[in-house]
Amino acid sequence: MEELKLELKEKIIENLNLEDVELSEIADDEPLFGDGLGLDSIDALELIVMLDKDYGIKLSDPKLGKAIFESVEVMAKYIVENRNK
Amino acid sequence: MNNKLYIQDYCTIKDNKVILNGKIIFDEDTKELKDLFKKIYKILNIKYSKFFKMDNLSKLAFLASDLILKNTELESKNIGIVFSNSASSLDTDRQHQESINDINNYFPSPAVFVYTLPNIGIGEISIRNQLKNENAFFIFEKYNADFHHIYESSLILSNKCEAVLGGWVNLDRDNYDAFLYLITKDGKMSHSAKNLLKLYKN
Repeated sequence: MEELKLELKEKIIENLNLEDVELSEIADDEPLFGDGLGLDSIDALELIVMLDKDYGIKLSDPKLGKAIFESVEVMAKYIVENRNK
Repeated sequence: MNNKLYIQDYCTIKDNKVILNGKIIFDEDTKELKDLFKKIYKILNIKYSKFFKMDNLSKLAFLASDLILKNTELESKNIGIVFSNSASSLDTDRQHQESINDINNYFPSPAVFVYTLPNIGIGEISIRNQLKNENAFFIFEKYNADFHHIYESSLILSNKCEAVLGGWVNLDRDNYDAFLYLITKDGKMSHSAKNLLKLYKN
């Protein structure tokens, strides 16, 4: 799980072009949206594409993303339980 | 009524150089455009994390406009924007096309797709500077000083806005060329097609 969380942080920084954010600045339980990393709606769509492309998880309802993308911790748990690749 | 308009500030970004009102403020050979824009961003001491999410065309327009709008003494936010280029958003359109070419590896990026229009850069500048005004993005084969002069003058003289941020911002692959300026009712250099073309060619 720790390895997956680190991998997710690297992918979030790379895929969402967070060039001014360091890996160490993303806490496992930090909110990704709102006050945390301050991600926006386009970032949410980008994370949905990442789940599909890298872990074979298709979110049929984008609204589900709100709960899944709460934090790196929650995302990692969801991926472990639902991944197809 | 005084119909006289002026070119208050102007900025050029091309050939690894950033020039504001004729003065070179950045000149450093950089191979990758992404790295060049990041260097300029840092040297200008901009703090705006959304910059890194923009496509290259928007970054180019954003940097040139930020220099001009930071430099101006104009307090009004009543500023229209009139840009033009020849490549439209082709650089980003191509990236998007590449992501959808293979039906078995079909993962278009929403963050790329949102930039597949040239006027998105105008939106980025407007959000950054809280501008809510007339704006337009035209496609020409080359910088058309006559057209810009007439359109920019018309916006101010018909009281649509106090000033106009105008100019040429073009980018495709490794080729880029930005020439932006602020037209106002005060200044020293007359707003004429001749002067616009002279500044662009310098």
